[in-house]
Amino acid sequence: MARLNLWRWAVLACAGLYFLVPLAASVVFTIDVPGQGITFDAYRQIVTAPGFGSSLLLSLELAVATIAVVLLLMVPATVALRLGAPRLRPVVEVICSLPLVVPPIAFVAGISTVLKWGPEYLSRTPFFQTIMAIQNPSFPFVLVLAYAVMSLPFVYRALDAGLRAIDVRTLVEAARSCGASLPRALMQAVLPNLRGALLNASFLTLALVLGEFTVAQLLGFTPFAVWIYSVGGSQAQLSVAVSVLSLLVTWALLLSLAVFGGRSRTAAKG
Amino acid sequence: MTVVLTEAEVAPAAAPQQRRRRTPGWLAVVPLLVVTAIAFGIPALAMLNGAFTVKDPTSGATSYSTANLTASLHGAYFTALIGSIKLSALSAALGTVLGLLLAQAVVTSRARALREAVLTASGVLANFGGVPLAFAFVATLGNSGVLTRHLGLTDKGWSLYSFWGLVIVYLYFLIPLMVLTITPALEGLRSQWREAAQNNGATGFQYWRHVALPVLLPSLLGGFVLLFGSAFAAYATAAAMVGSAVPLVTLQIADAISGNVLVGQENVALALSLDMVLVAALVMAVYLPLQRRSARWLA
Repeated sequence: MARLNLWRWAVLACAGLYFLVPLAASVVFTIDVPGQGITFDAYRQIVTAPGFGSSLLLSLELAVATIAVVLLLMVPATVALRLGAPRLRPVVEVICSLPLVVPPIAFVAGISTVLKWGPEYLSRTPFFQTIMAIQNPSFPFVLVLAYAVMSLPFVYRALDAGLRAIDVRTLVEAARSCGASLPRALMQAVLPNLRGALLNASFLTLALVLGEFTVAQLLGFTPFAVWIYSVGGSQAQLSVAVSVLSLLVTWALLLSLAVFGGRSRTAAKG
Repeated sequence: MTVVLTEAEVAPAAAPQQRRRRTPGWLAVVPLLVVTAIAFGIPALAMLNGAFTVKDPTSGATSYSTANLTASLHGAYFTALIGSIKLSALSAALGTVLGLLLAQAVVTSRARALREAVLTASGVLANFGGVPLAFAFVATLGNSGVLTRHLGLTDKGWSLYSFWGLVIVYLYFLIPLMVLTITPALEGLRSQWREAAQNNGATGFQYWRHVALPVLLPSLLGGFVLLFGSAFAAYATAAAMVGSAVPLVTLQIADAISGNVLVGQENVALALSLDMVLVAALVMAVYLPLQRRSARWLA
């Protein structure tokens, strides 16, 4: 038994070192600058750095829009799979796992080809205006579409898990027999019971959009992750400081999700 | 969507139950299908079409051929594809073994708090990749990184911007992913099996060799395949860290999308993407049956 415990602590200690050292070193890197001693300049510079505010704002806007789009698409669809169209389930399941087969870089290669059609073939048609409009640099809707597709797999999984925990059909029938119309039954009986799943899906989408780099960079937009990358070339301390901060924010989000998710699960049980 | 559903549902109140149910159910799925057809289907078809389209540089005429795919499997492109496969396979193998060790250490521990903490942390770290991860490692082990400076690693021939550097960074999100994947399987190993093996005189090694590993094998392979796919598709981390010092297919595609290709090979990026999709599809084709198989033991 003692030997077993020794082995276990060795494994845990190695894992702890491997996962904590890069974080600690990043913090040290940002505050212990060679030749300057301990300084918090890197963190002070963040707020005033050119592009910080606008790129962060763009990322947040994209995140809100993506969450809205993906939930508006997925919630009615997944509820309908339970209520009226169970035969469509395999179709929806396949569609929602297709993005797993197409890596983001391959996806963006396809998107950039389509966007090039605009000037090349469609310049006299109304499609041209649409293609230009969704590439508007101040709010590139094409990114919202791409992120919505990329988040389909785990949004589906989150909503499906939430719906499995409640008996949608019985809930709706109970509400209907109490005289509620179908929309009212859906809004006031089903949706409140899905709160945990909806939050889960939203948090995961938020984390995806805030950290997404591949699609945005290759289509030439500058949300937060691309901005960090562009700062990295010239101001090493600043870029690491922003990385540390963005990590902490993302982790706080995901941790709160884990805690909240755990609590809602116990609540459902009780 | 709810509004459409409303009117369609309320209006034919007198209609038979059957019809009343089916129509709105159908309608609620339609927007999802339409949007994915536009946002995912069109780019995917464009990629497929472009991968087989060759543009003549002199006349500008296009024709269908497999020239792009051939080009994507030769020279620097092929080196990059093989480089990606090697990097993903190696880091996935290491991630599988190390993840299994960590998960076993956690699962057999009696401290509940430790288990919860490690699993939560794994959930967080497995979702963590991209630019911030790359910069954290550059600050740690890069040329002027903290550890590099204090331990004098550069003199010992260390460079983060290499194949092994990438392996070390990728493991940072692959190990947690493995812990999450394998923990349910480890929890499914019944203690009775170990006791039965011991009663029959088996050593610890024999138990693992003949009982535990065969039961875990589908989950382990499934986890390996999942890790492989995740490492194979990674781009941001590599781009922010090594630039193009290590040949990887994702970096080549990015390069080609940005226009750094020979005349007449503009569509090679699409052919490379198609190669990647084929590898990823193969990965999924292996993963799904394995996952189903391993689910049998966890019931």
